[in-house]
Amino acid sequence: MTGTTDDAVLRLEAVRKSFGEHVVLRDIELAVPAHSVTALIGASGSGKSTLMRCANLLEEIDDGAILLDGEEITDPRADQDAVRRRIGVVFQAYNLFPHMTVLDNITLAPRRVHGVAKAEAEARARELLDRLGLAAKAKEYPDRLSGGQQQRVAIVRALATGPRLLLLDEITAALDPELVGEVLAVVRDLKEQGMTMVLSTHEMGFAREVADQVCFLDGGVVLEQGPPEQVFGDPQQERTRQFLSRIVAAGRLAG
Amino acid sequence: MTAGTAQGGRPSGGGRSADGGVPGAGAAEPYRPSARRLARETYRRQRARRSALIAALSTGGTALVLYLVVVNSPGWERTRDTFFNAHYAWQALPEVLRGLRVNLELMAVCGVLILLFGLLLALLRTLQGPVFLPVRLLATAYVDFFLGLPMIICLLIMITGVPALRLTGVTTDPLLLGGAALVLTYSAYVSEVFRAGIQSVHPSQRAAARSLGLSNAQAMRYVVLPQAVRRVVPPLLNNLVSLQKDTGLVSIGGVIDAVYAAKIITSQTFNYTPYLVSALVFIMLTIPMTRFTDWTTARMNRRQHQGGTV
Repeated sequence: MTGTTDDAVLRLEAVRKSFGEHVVLRDIELAVPAHSVTALIGASGSGKSTLMRCANLLEEIDDGAILLDGEEITDPRADQDAVRRRIGVVFQAYNLFPHMTVLDNITLAPRRVHGVAKAEAEARARELLDRLGLAAKAKEYPDRLSGGQQQRVAIVRALATGPRLLLLDEITAALDPELVGEVLAVVRDLKEQGMTMVLSTHEMGFAREVADQVCFLDGGVVLEQGPPEQVFGDPQQERTRQFLSRIVAAGRLAG
Repeated sequence: MTAGTAQGGRPSGGGRSADGGVPGAGAAEPYRPSARRLARETYRRQRARRSALIAALSTGGTALVLYLVVVNSPGWERTRDTFFNAHYAWQALPEVLRGLRVNLELMAVCGVLILLFGLLLALLRTLQGPVFLPVRLLATAYVDFFLGLPMIICLLIMITGVPALRLTGVTTDPLLLGGAALVLTYSAYVSEVFRAGIQSVHPSQRAAARSLGLSNAQAMRYVVLPQAVRRVVPPLLNNLVSLQKDTGLVSIGGVIDAVYAAKIITSQTFNYTPYLVSALVFIMLTIPMTRFTDWTTARMNRRQHQGGTV
Protein backbone atom coordinates (compact mmCIF):
# COMPACT_ATOMS: atom_id res chain seq x y z
CA MET A 1 0.00 0.00 0.00
CA THR A 2 1.23 3.49 -0.79
CA GLY A 3 2.08 5.90 1.96
CA THR A 4 2.01 5.46 5.70
CA THR A 5 -1.15 5.87 7.71
CA ASP A 6 0.06 9.17 9.14
CA ASP A 7 -0.21 11.17 5.95
CA ALA A 8 -3.58 9.64 5.07
CA VAL A 9 -6.21 12.20 4.11
CA LEU A 10 -9.02 9.81 4.93
CA ARG A 11 -8.76 6.92 7.35
CA LEU A 12 -11.36 4.42 8.43
CA GLU A 13 -10.77 2.43 11.60
CA ALA A 14 -12.92 -0.62 12.30
CA VAL A 15 -15.99 1.11 10.90
CA ARG A 16 -19.26 -0.69 11.47
CA LYS A 17 -22.64 0.33 10.16
CA SER A 18 -25.93 -1.50 10.25
CA PHE A 19 -29.46 -0.72 9.19
CA GLY A 20 -31.62 -2.45 11.77
CA GLU A 21 -30.51 -6.09 11.91
CA HIS A 22 -28.62 -5.90 8.64
CA VAL A 23 -24.92 -5.16 9.03
CA VAL A 24 -23.85 -3.21 5.95
CA LEU A 25 -20.25 -2.44 6.90
CA ARG A 26 -18.18 -4.63 9.19
CA ASP A 27 -14.76 -3.67 10.55
CA ILE A 28 -13.75 -1.58 7.56
CA GLU A 29 -10.10 -0.52 7.64
CA LEU A 30 -8.95 1.88 4.95
CA ALA A 31 -6.32 4.55 4.48
CA VAL A 32 -6.38 7.00 1.60
CA PRO A 33 -3.01 8.79 1.24
CA ALA A 34 -2.85 12.34 -0.09
CA HIS A 35 -2.89 12.73 -3.90
CA SER A 36 -3.91 9.13 -4.38
CA VAL A 37 -6.95 7.51 -5.89
CA THR A 38 -8.75 4.67 -4.12
CA ALA A 39 -11.25 2.62 -6.08
CA LEU A 40 -13.95 0.66 -4.30
CA ILE A 41 -15.22 -2.27 -6.31
CA GLY A 42 -17.76 -4.93 -5.53
CA ALA A 43 -21.24 -6.09 -6.37
CA SER A 44 -24.23 -3.83 -5.86
CA GLY A 45 -25.21 -3.87 -2.21
CA SER A 46 -21.71 -4.70 -1.02
CA GLY A 47 -21.55 -1.46 0.95
CA LYS A 48 -19.64 0.87 -1.39
CA SER A 49 -22.20 3.65 -1.35
CA THR A 50 -22.82 3.34 2.39
CA LEU A 51 -19.09 3.68 2.99
CA MET A 52 -19.07 6.91 0.98
CA ARG A 53 -22.14 8.26 2.75
CA CYS A 54 -20.53 7.51 6.11
CA ALA A 55 -17.33 9.31 5.09
CA ASN A 56 -19.37 12.41 4.25
CA LEU A 57 -21.34 12.08 7.52
CA LEU A 58 -24.58 11.55 5.64
CA GLU A 59 -24.92 8.38 7.70
CA GLU A 60 -23.95 7.94 11.32
CA ILE A 61 -21.63 5.00 11.89
CA ASP A 62 -22.32 2.51 14.70
CA ASP A 63 -18.78 1.81 15.70
CA GLY A 64 -15.19 2.59 14.80
CA ALA A 65 -13.95 5.96 13.59
CA ILE A 66 -13.39 7.95 10.43
CA LEU A 67 -10.53 10.45 10.34
CA LEU A 68 -9.97 13.31 7.93
CA ASP A 69 -6.39 14.59 8.01
CA GLY A 70 -5.88 12.76 11.28
CA GLU A 71 -8.85 14.39 12.97
CA GLU A 72 -11.77 12.23 14.00
CA ILE A 73 -14.85 13.44 12.14
CA THR A 74 -17.20 10.84 13.62
CA ASP A 75 -16.69 12.32 17.08
CA PRO A 76 -20.04 13.71 18.17
CA ARG A 77 -18.23 16.92 19.12
CA ALA A 78 -16.95 17.47 15.58
CA ASP A 79 -18.53 20.24 13.52
CA GLN A 80 -20.23 18.32 10.73
CA ASP A 81 -20.62 21.31 8.43
CA ALA A 82 -16.95 22.15 8.76
CA VAL A 83 -16.10 18.56 7.86
CA ARG A 84 -18.35 18.56 4.82
CA ARG A 85 -16.84 21.84 3.64
CA ARG A 86 -13.60 19.93 3.17
CA ILE A 87 -15.13 17.02 1.27
CA GLY A 88 -16.59 17.17 -2.23
CA VAL A 89 -19.18 14.60 -3.23
CA VAL A 90 -20.46 13.60 -6.64
CA PHE A 91 -23.56 11.43 -6.60
CA GLN A 92 -24.61 8.69 -8.97
CA ALA A 93 -27.83 10.55 -9.85
CA TYR A 94 -26.03 13.95 -10.13
CA ASN A 95 -28.34 15.58 -7.54
CA LEU A 96 -28.13 18.96 -9.25
CA PHE A 97 -30.61 21.60 -8.11
CA PRO A 98 -33.18 21.75 -10.93
CA HIS A 99 -34.37 25.26 -10.08
CA MET A 100 -30.96 26.85 -10.53
CA THR A 101 -28.84 27.45 -13.62
CA VAL A 102 -25.59 25.55 -13.99
CA LEU A 103 -23.69 28.61 -12.84
CA ASP A 104 -25.88 29.06 -9.76
CA ASN A 105 -25.55 25.38 -8.90
CA ILE A 106 -21.78 25.77 -8.91
CA THR A 107 -21.50 29.11 -7.14
CA LEU A 108 -24.05 28.36 -4.40
CA ALA A 109 -21.60 26.87 -1.89
CA PRO A 110 -18.64 29.16 -2.67
CA ARG A 111 -20.86 32.22 -2.20
CA ARG A 112 -23.13 31.18 0.66
CA VAL A 113 -20.81 28.90 2.64
CA HIS A 114 -17.34 30.20 1.88
CA GLY A 115 -18.28 33.86 1.44
CA VAL A 116 -16.64 34.28 -1.96
CA ALA A 117 -17.77 37.39 -3.85
CA LYS A 118 -20.21 36.77 -6.68
CA ALA A 119 -17.94 37.93 -9.48
CA GLU A 120 -15.03 35.90 -8.19
CA ALA A 121 -17.11 32.76 -7.67
CA GLU A 122 -18.56 33.03 -11.17
CA ALA A 123 -15.18 33.61 -12.75
CA ARG A 124 -13.85 30.51 -11.02
CA ALA A 125 -16.93 28.51 -12.01
CA ARG A 126 -16.59 29.55 -15.64
CA GLU A 127 -12.93 28.63 -15.60
CA LEU A 128 -13.78 25.14 -14.32
CA LEU A 129 -16.66 24.77 -16.77
CA ASP A 130 -14.37 25.80 -19.58
CA ARG A 131 -11.82 23.18 -18.56
CA LEU A 132 -14.52 20.53 -18.64
CA GLY A 133 -15.86 21.70 -21.99
CA LEU A 134 -19.07 23.16 -20.63
CA ALA A 135 -18.43 26.86 -21.06
CA ALA A 136 -21.52 27.29 -23.26
CA LYS A 137 -23.83 25.69 -20.70
CA ALA A 138 -23.33 28.13 -17.81
CA LYS A 139 -26.78 29.68 -18.12
CA GLU A 140 -28.67 26.46 -18.91
CA TYR A 141 -30.84 24.61 -16.42
CA PRO A 142 -29.69 21.08 -15.45
CA ASP A 143 -32.72 19.27 -16.87
CA ARG A 144 -31.84 20.57 -20.33
CA LEU A 145 -28.39 18.94 -20.33
CA SER A 146 -27.39 15.42 -21.28
CA GLY A 147 -26.49 12.94 -18.53
CA GLY A 148 -22.76 13.28 -19.19
CA GLN A 149 -22.99 17.06 -19.11
CA GLN A 150 -25.01 16.99 -15.90
CA GLN A 151 -22.48 14.73 -14.25
CA ARG A 152 -19.61 16.97 -15.30
CA VAL A 153 -21.50 19.95 -13.86
CA ALA A 154 -21.90 17.97 -10.64
CA ILE A 155 -18.13 17.40 -10.59
CA VAL A 156 -17.50 21.11 -11.12
CA ARG A 157 -19.93 21.88 -8.30
CA ALA A 158 -18.01 19.56 -5.98
CA LEU A 159 -14.67 21.06 -7.06
CA ALA A 160 -15.72 24.70 -6.83
CA THR A 161 -15.08 24.87 -3.10
CA GLY A 162 -11.58 23.45 -3.42
CA PRO A 163 -12.17 20.32 -1.34
CA ARG A 164 -9.42 18.32 0.32
CA LEU A 165 -11.03 15.05 -0.74
CA LEU A 166 -13.42 14.08 -3.49
CA LEU A 167 -15.90 11.23 -3.12
CA LEU A 168 -17.27 9.89 -6.40
CA ASP A 169 -20.10 7.42 -5.96
CA GLU A 170 -20.65 5.37 -9.12
CA ILE A 171 -20.63 8.54 -11.10
CA THR A 172 -20.82 6.79 -14.47
CA ALA A 173 -23.47 4.21 -13.58
CA ALA A 174 -26.27 6.15 -15.26
CA LEU A 175 -24.33 7.04 -18.41
CA ASP A 176 -23.87 5.41 -21.80
CA PRO A 177 -20.32 4.37 -22.82
CA GLU A 178 -19.65 7.49 -24.81
CA LEU A 179 -20.65 9.76 -21.95
CA VAL A 180 -18.78 7.52 -19.51
CA GLY A 181 -15.65 8.36 -21.45
CA GLU A 182 -16.07 12.11 -21.08
CA VAL A 183 -16.68 11.87 -17.34
CA LEU A 184 -13.77 9.50 -16.75
CA ALA A 185 -11.48 11.82 -18.71
CA VAL A 186 -12.33 14.49 -16.15
CA VAL A 187 -11.42 12.17 -13.28
CA ARG A 188 -8.13 11.33 -15.00
CA ASP A 189 -7.34 15.06 -15.26
CA LEU A 190 -8.13 15.53 -11.59
CA LYS A 191 -5.72 12.76 -10.69
CA GLU A 192 -3.00 14.48 -12.72
CA GLN A 193 -3.59 17.61 -10.68
CA GLY A 194 -3.11 15.65 -7.49
CA MET A 195 -6.68 15.53 -6.18
CA THR A 196 -7.26 12.92 -3.48
CA MET A 197 -10.20 10.80 -4.50
CA VAL A 198 -12.25 7.83 -3.39
CA LEU A 199 -14.45 6.40 -6.09
CA SER A 200 -16.75 3.47 -6.33
CA THR A 201 -17.14 2.07 -9.80
CA HIS A 202 -18.12 -0.83 -11.99
CA GLU A 203 -15.68 0.29 -14.68
CA MET A 204 -12.90 -2.16 -13.85
CA GLY A 205 -10.66 -1.09 -16.72
CA PHE A 206 -10.84 2.46 -15.47
CA ALA A 207 -10.25 1.44 -11.85
CA ARG A 208 -7.19 -0.52 -12.90
CA GLU A 209 -5.83 2.43 -14.86
CA VAL A 210 -6.51 5.32 -12.52
CA ALA A 211 -6.45 3.84 -9.00
CA ASP A 212 -3.45 3.65 -6.72
CA GLN A 213 -5.21 1.16 -4.53
CA VAL A 214 -8.25 -1.02 -5.08
CA CYS A 215 -10.58 -2.33 -2.40
CA PHE A 216 -12.88 -5.22 -3.10
CA LEU A 217 -15.92 -5.05 -0.85
CA ASP A 218 -18.13 -8.04 -0.35
CA GLY A 219 -20.94 -8.42 2.13
CA GLY A 220 -19.79 -5.35 4.04
CA VAL A 221 -16.14 -6.31 4.56
CA VAL A 222 -13.00 -5.35 2.65
CA LEU A 223 -12.19 -8.77 1.27
CA GLU A 224 -9.16 -7.75 -0.69
CA GLN A 225 -7.11 -4.60 -0.86
CA GLY A 226 -3.96 -3.56 -2.65
CA PRO A 227 -2.47 -2.01 -5.78
CA PRO A 228 -4.56 -2.65 -8.91
CA GLU A 229 -1.96 -4.98 -10.44
CA GLN A 230 -2.32 -7.27 -7.43
CA VAL A 231 -6.11 -7.18 -7.01
CA PHE A 232 -6.85 -7.52 -10.70
CA GLY A 233 -3.78 -9.53 -11.72
CA ASP A 234 -3.34 -11.89 -8.81
CA PRO A 235 -6.39 -11.87 -6.54
CA GLN A 236 -5.85 -13.80 -3.30
CA GLN A 237 -9.47 -14.52 -2.52
CA GLU A 238 -11.70 -17.00 -4.29
CA ARG A 239 -14.62 -14.56 -4.10
CA THR A 240 -12.59 -11.80 -5.78
CA ARG A 241 -11.61 -14.14 -8.61
CA GLN A 242 -15.26 -15.07 -9.05
CA PHE A 243 -16.39 -11.45 -9.13
CA LEU A 244 -13.69 -10.45 -11.60
CA SER A 245 -14.33 -13.41 -13.91
CA ARG A 246 -17.99 -12.47 -14.09
CA ILE A 247 -17.04 -8.91 -14.89
CA VAL A 248 -14.72 -10.13 -17.65
CA ALA A 249 -17.52 -12.31 -18.99
CA ALA A 250 -19.73 -9.25 -19.07
CA GLY A 251 -17.05 -7.50 -21.12
CA ARG A 252 -16.30 -4.72 -18.69
CA LEU A 253 -12.63 -5.34 -17.94
CA ALA A 254 -11.42 -3.99 -21.25
CA GLY A 255 -8.21 -1.96 -21.02
CA MET B 1 -21.19 -18.57 -3.18
CA THR B 2 -23.41 -15.64 -3.98
CA ALA B 3 -23.41 -12.25 -2.39
CA GLY B 4 -26.50 -13.27 -0.45
CA THR B 5 -24.96 -16.24 1.29
CA ALA B 6 -21.76 -14.30 1.79
CA GLN B 7 -23.61 -11.89 4.04
CA GLY B 8 -25.08 -14.73 6.01
CA GLY B 9 -22.36 -16.84 7.58
CA ARG B 10 -19.01 -15.54 6.52
CA PRO B 11 -16.17 -17.09 8.49
CA SER B 12 -13.85 -14.10 8.57
CA GLY B 13 -12.72 -11.04 6.65
CA GLY B 14 -9.60 -12.85 5.45
CA GLY B 15 -8.28 -10.22 3.02
CA ARG B 16 -8.05 -7.68 5.75
CA SER B 17 -5.12 -9.41 7.41
CA ALA B 18 -2.97 -8.01 4.59
CA ASP B 19 -3.18 -4.51 6.01
CA GLY B 20 -2.93 -5.50 9.65
CA GLY B 21 -6.55 -5.46 10.73
CA VAL B 22 -7.96 -5.42 14.22
CA PRO B 23 -7.21 -8.67 16.04
CA GLY B 24 -10.11 -10.99 16.63
CA ALA B 25 -12.48 -9.04 14.47
CA GLY B 26 -13.87 -12.10 12.69
CA ALA B 27 -17.54 -11.84 11.90
CA ALA B 28 -18.23 -15.30 13.30
CA GLU B 29 -17.75 -13.91 16.79
CA PRO B 30 -20.72 -12.04 18.14
CA TYR B 31 -20.27 -8.29 17.77
CA ARG B 32 -19.16 -6.48 20.90
CA PRO B 33 -19.29 -2.66 20.95
CA SER B 34 -15.86 -1.09 21.25
CA ALA B 35 -14.81 1.32 23.99
CA ARG B 36 -14.94 4.08 21.37
CA ARG B 37 -18.61 3.40 20.67
CA LEU B 38 -19.48 3.21 24.36
CA ALA B 39 -17.71 6.51 25.05
CA ARG B 40 -19.55 8.12 22.14
CA GLU B 41 -22.89 6.86 23.39
CA THR B 42 -22.17 8.06 26.91
CA TYR B 43 -21.33 11.48 25.52
CA ARG B 44 -24.54 11.55 23.45
CA ARG B 45 -26.60 10.58 26.47
CA GLN B 46 -25.02 13.39 28.49
CA ARG B 47 -25.78 15.84 25.69
CA ALA B 48 -29.37 14.62 25.51
CA ARG B 49 -29.79 15.03 29.27
CA ARG B 50 -28.28 18.51 29.11
CA SER B 51 -30.56 19.50 26.22
CA ALA B 52 -33.60 18.23 28.10
CA LEU B 53 -32.56 20.17 31.20
CA ILE B 54 -32.01 23.39 29.25
CA ALA B 55 -35.35 22.96 27.48
CA ALA B 56 -37.15 22.43 30.80
CA LEU B 57 -35.47 25.45 32.45
CA SER B 58 -36.14 27.68 29.45
CA THR B 59 -39.78 26.62 29.23
CA GLY B 60 -40.33 26.97 32.96
CA GLY B 61 -38.69 30.41 32.98
CA THR B 62 -40.80 31.65 30.09
CA ALA B 63 -43.99 30.34 31.68
CA LEU B 64 -43.11 31.98 34.99
CA VAL B 65 -42.45 35.36 33.39
CA LEU B 66 -45.71 35.22 31.42
CA TYR B 67 -47.60 34.22 34.57
CA LEU B 68 -46.14 37.04 36.62
CA VAL B 69 -46.77 39.65 33.93
CA VAL B 70 -50.42 38.60 33.57
CA VAL B 71 -51.15 38.18 37.28
CA ASN B 72 -49.49 41.46 38.26
CA SER B 73 -51.21 43.51 35.59
CA PRO B 74 -53.48 46.20 37.08
CA GLY B 75 -56.70 44.79 35.63
CA TRP B 76 -56.03 41.14 36.43
CA GLU B 77 -58.73 40.75 39.11
CA ARG B 78 -61.38 42.07 36.82
CA THR B 79 -60.14 40.09 33.78
CA ARG B 80 -60.08 36.89 35.81
CA ASP B 81 -63.71 37.33 36.81
CA THR B 82 -64.90 38.09 33.28
CA PHE B 83 -62.84 35.56 31.33
CA PHE B 84 -61.82 32.80 33.74
CA ASN B 85 -64.90 32.25 35.82
CA ALA B 86 -65.33 28.57 36.74
CA HIS B 87 -69.00 28.95 37.54
CA TYR B 88 -69.89 30.29 34.10
CA ALA B 89 -67.52 27.87 32.44
CA TRP B 90 -69.47 24.93 33.86
CA GLN B 91 -72.73 26.54 32.93
CA ALA B 92 -71.60 27.15 29.35
CA LEU B 93 -69.87 23.83 28.67
CA PRO B 94 -72.92 21.67 27.88
CA GLU B 95 -74.42 24.38 25.66
CA VAL B 96 -71.14 24.89 23.81
CA LEU B 97 -70.74 21.15 23.31
CA ARG B 98 -74.28 20.91 21.94
CA GLY B 99 -73.42 23.72 19.52
CA LEU B 100 -70.17 21.99 18.65
CA ARG B 101 -72.15 19.13 17.14
CA VAL B 102 -73.24 21.51 14.39
CA ASN B 103 -69.63 22.51 13.73
CA LEU B 104 -68.47 18.91 13.63
CA GLU B 105 -71.26 17.76 11.33
CA LEU B 106 -70.69 20.66 8.98
CA MET B 107 -66.98 20.03 8.99
CA ALA B 108 -67.32 16.32 8.26
CA VAL B 109 -69.87 16.64 5.47
CA CYS B 110 -68.45 19.80 3.90
CA GLY B 111 -64.88 18.54 4.29
CA VAL B 112 -65.54 15.48 2.15
CA LEU B 113 -67.48 17.45 -0.47
CA ILE B 114 -64.78 20.13 -0.61
CA LEU B 115 -62.02 17.57 -1.13
CA LEU B 116 -63.93 15.89 -3.97
CA PHE B 117 -65.05 19.10 -5.64
CA GLY B 118 -61.66 20.78 -5.18
CA LEU B 119 -59.86 17.79 -6.69
CA LEU B 120 -62.31 17.74 -9.60
CA LEU B 121 -61.70 21.44 -10.27
CA ALA B 122 -57.94 20.93 -10.19
CA LEU B 123 -58.17 17.98 -12.57
CA LEU B 124 -60.44 19.85 -14.97
CA ARG B 125 -57.81 22.54 -15.19
CA THR B 126 -55.12 20.02 -16.16
CA LEU B 127 -57.16 18.54 -19.04
CA GLN B 128 -55.30 18.76 -22.31
CA GLY B 129 -56.59 19.19 -25.84
CA PRO B 130 -58.60 21.84 -27.64
CA VAL B 131 -61.95 20.14 -26.95
CA PHE B 132 -61.62 20.85 -23.27
CA LEU B 133 -60.88 24.55 -23.62
CA PRO B 134 -64.37 25.62 -22.37
CA VAL B 135 -64.06 23.25 -19.39
CA ARG B 136 -60.66 24.67 -18.50
CA LEU B 137 -61.97 28.21 -18.86
CA LEU B 138 -65.02 27.51 -16.71
CA ALA B 139 -62.99 25.86 -13.97
CA THR B 140 -60.49 28.71 -14.01
CA ALA B 141 -63.24 31.32 -13.89
CA TYR B 142 -64.93 29.50 -11.00
CA VAL B 143 -61.73 29.38 -8.97
CA ASP B 144 -60.89 33.01 -9.69
CA PHE B 145 -64.37 34.11 -8.67
CA PHE B 146 -64.63 32.19 -5.42
CA LEU B 147 -61.03 32.87 -4.38
CA GLY B 148 -61.84 36.54 -4.51
CA LEU B 149 -65.36 36.50 -3.08
CA PRO B 150 -65.32 37.18 0.67
CA MET B 151 -66.61 34.19 2.61
CA ILE B 152 -69.12 36.21 4.59
CA ILE B 153 -70.72 37.69 1.48
CA CYS B 154 -71.00 34.27 -0.13
CA LEU B 155 -72.74 33.05 3.04
CA LEU B 156 -75.15 35.99 3.08
CA ILE B 157 -76.04 35.50 -0.56
CA MET B 158 -76.70 31.82 -0.01
CA ILE B 159 -78.57 32.08 3.28
CA THR B 160 -80.71 35.12 2.54
CA GLY B 161 -80.62 35.33 -1.25
CA VAL B 162 -81.59 31.78 -2.16
CA PRO B 163 -84.74 31.63 0.04
CA ALA B 164 -85.77 35.03 -1.35
CA LEU B 165 -86.05 33.44 -4.77
CA ARG B 166 -88.96 31.35 -3.43
CA LEU B 167 -88.03 28.42 -5.60
CA THR B 168 -90.13 25.32 -4.97
CA GLY B 169 -88.16 22.28 -3.89
CA VAL B 170 -85.11 24.29 -2.86
CA THR B 171 -84.35 24.23 0.83
CA THR B 172 -84.44 27.34 2.99
CA ASP B 173 -82.60 25.65 5.85
CA PRO B 174 -79.77 28.03 6.79
CA LEU B 175 -77.63 25.07 7.87
CA LEU B 176 -77.76 23.45 4.43
CA LEU B 177 -77.40 26.72 2.55
CA GLY B 178 -74.55 27.82 4.79
CA GLY B 179 -72.85 24.45 4.26
CA ALA B 180 -73.25 24.90 0.50
CA ALA B 181 -71.60 28.32 0.71
CA LEU B 182 -68.68 26.80 2.62
CA VAL B 183 -68.28 24.11 -0.05
CA LEU B 184 -68.39 26.66 -2.87
CA THR B 185 -65.70 28.87 -1.37
CA TYR B 186 -63.40 26.25 0.12
CA SER B 187 -63.43 24.13 -3.04
CA ALA B 188 -61.72 27.00 -4.82
CA TYR B 189 -58.99 27.17 -2.13
CA VAL B 190 -58.50 23.43 -2.08
CA SER B 191 -58.39 23.12 -5.87
CA GLU B 192 -55.46 25.54 -5.89
CA VAL B 193 -53.68 23.40 -3.30
CA PHE B 194 -54.21 20.28 -5.38
CA ARG B 195 -53.09 22.04 -8.54
CA ALA B 196 -49.89 23.20 -6.85
CA GLY B 197 -49.27 19.60 -5.78
CA ILE B 198 -49.86 18.25 -9.29
CA GLN B 199 -47.50 20.80 -10.77
CA SER B 200 -44.80 20.01 -8.21
CA VAL B 201 -44.42 16.45 -9.51
CA HIS B 202 -41.38 16.40 -11.76
CA PRO B 203 -42.15 16.10 -15.51
CA SER B 204 -39.86 13.06 -15.67
CA GLN B 205 -42.50 11.13 -13.73
CA ARG B 206 -45.12 11.80 -16.40
CA ALA B 207 -42.58 10.96 -19.07
CA ALA B 208 -41.86 7.62 -17.39
CA ALA B 209 -45.56 6.81 -17.04
CA ARG B 210 -46.44 7.80 -20.60
CA SER B 211 -43.51 5.84 -21.97
CA LEU B 212 -44.90 2.75 -20.26
CA GLY B 213 -47.98 3.22 -22.42
CA LEU B 214 -50.22 4.72 -19.75
CA SER B 215 -52.70 7.23 -21.10
CA ASN B 216 -52.66 10.81 -19.93
CA ALA B 217 -55.49 10.06 -17.50
CA GLN B 218 -53.86 6.87 -16.24
CA ALA B 219 -50.55 8.66 -15.72
CA MET B 220 -52.42 11.23 -13.68
CA ARG B 221 -54.38 8.63 -11.72
CA TYR B 222 -51.59 6.17 -10.88
CA VAL B 223 -48.39 8.22 -10.92
CA VAL B 224 -48.89 11.98 -10.59
CA LEU B 225 -51.87 12.26 -8.24
CA PRO B 226 -50.62 9.83 -5.56
CA GLN B 227 -47.40 11.85 -5.28
CA ALA B 228 -49.20 15.18 -5.49
CA VAL B 229 -51.77 14.34 -2.82
CA ARG B 230 -49.12 13.17 -0.35
CA ARG B 231 -47.21 16.38 -0.82
CA VAL B 232 -50.24 18.58 -0.14
CA VAL B 233 -51.56 16.78 2.94
CA PRO B 234 -50.15 19.42 5.34
CA PRO B 235 -51.65 22.42 3.50
CA LEU B 236 -54.94 20.52 3.12
CA LEU B 237 -55.04 20.00 6.85
CA ASN B 238 -54.42 23.69 7.24
CA ASN B 239 -57.55 24.29 5.15
CA LEU B 240 -59.51 21.77 7.20
CA VAL B 241 -58.64 23.52 10.46
CA SER B 242 -59.58 26.82 8.89
CA LEU B 243 -62.87 25.30 7.72
CA GLN B 244 -63.55 24.00 11.20
CA LYS B 245 -63.47 27.54 12.51
CA ASP B 246 -65.36 29.02 9.59
CA THR B 247 -68.24 26.60 10.14
CA GLY B 248 -69.18 29.00 12.95
CA LEU B 249 -70.08 31.61 10.32
CA VAL B 250 -73.32 29.77 9.50
CA SER B 251 -74.60 31.23 12.78
CA ILE B 252 -75.36 34.43 10.83
CA GLY B 253 -78.33 32.45 9.49
CA GLY B 254 -79.49 31.67 13.02
CA VAL B 255 -77.93 28.21 13.38
CA ILE B 256 -76.67 27.70 16.93
CA ASP B 257 -73.08 26.47 16.78
CA ALA B 258 -70.50 26.45 19.58
CA VAL B 259 -69.54 30.11 19.25
CA TYR B 260 -73.14 31.26 18.92
CA ALA B 261 -74.11 29.21 21.98
CA ALA B 262 -71.37 30.99 23.91
CA LYS B 263 -72.56 34.32 22.61
CA ILE B 264 -76.12 33.65 23.83
CA ILE B 265 -74.93 32.91 27.36
CA THR B 266 -72.60 35.91 27.35
CA SER B 267 -75.40 38.26 26.33
CA GLN B 268 -77.45 36.98 29.25
CA THR B 269 -74.71 37.08 31.91
CA PHE B 270 -72.26 39.75 30.68
CA ASN B 271 -69.48 37.27 31.37
CA TYR B 272 -67.03 36.29 28.62
CA THR B 273 -65.97 32.92 30.03
CA PRO B 274 -68.25 30.99 27.60
CA TYR B 275 -66.25 32.39 24.67
CA LEU B 276 -63.09 31.09 26.25
CA VAL B 277 -64.71 27.70 26.73
CA SER B 278 -65.68 27.49 23.06
CA ALA B 279 -62.18 28.62 22.04
CA LEU B 280 -60.63 25.87 24.17
CA VAL B 281 -62.95 23.30 22.64
CA PHE B 282 -61.85 24.28 19.13
CA ILE B 283 -58.19 24.18 20.10
CA MET B 284 -58.64 20.72 21.60
CA LEU B 285 -60.06 19.58 18.27
CA THR B 286 -57.19 21.01 16.24
CA ILE B 287 -54.31 19.56 18.23
CA PRO B 288 -55.00 15.87 17.52
CA MET B 289 -55.55 16.68 13.85
CA THR B 290 -52.19 18.40 13.40
CA ARG B 291 -50.38 15.69 15.38
CA PHE B 292 -52.03 13.06 13.22
CA THR B 293 -50.82 14.75 10.03
CA ASP B 294 -47.32 15.12 11.43
CA TRP B 295 -47.35 11.44 12.19
CA THR B 296 -48.60 10.35 8.76
CA THR B 297 -46.16 12.57 6.86
CA ALA B 298 -43.25 11.41 9.03
CA ARG B 299 -44.21 7.78 8.40
CA MET B 300 -44.43 8.43 4.67
CA ASN B 301 -40.97 9.98 4.64
CA ARG B 302 -39.49 7.10 6.59
CA ARG B 303 -40.90 4.56 4.16
CA GLN B 304 -39.95 6.31 0.95
CA HIS B 305 -36.65 7.99 1.57
CA GLN B 306 -33.18 6.82 2.23
CA GLY B 307 -32.12 7.36 5.82
CA GLY B 308 -29.40 9.74 6.82
CA THR B 309 -28.57 12.41 9.29
CA VAL B 310 -29.07 15.55 7.22
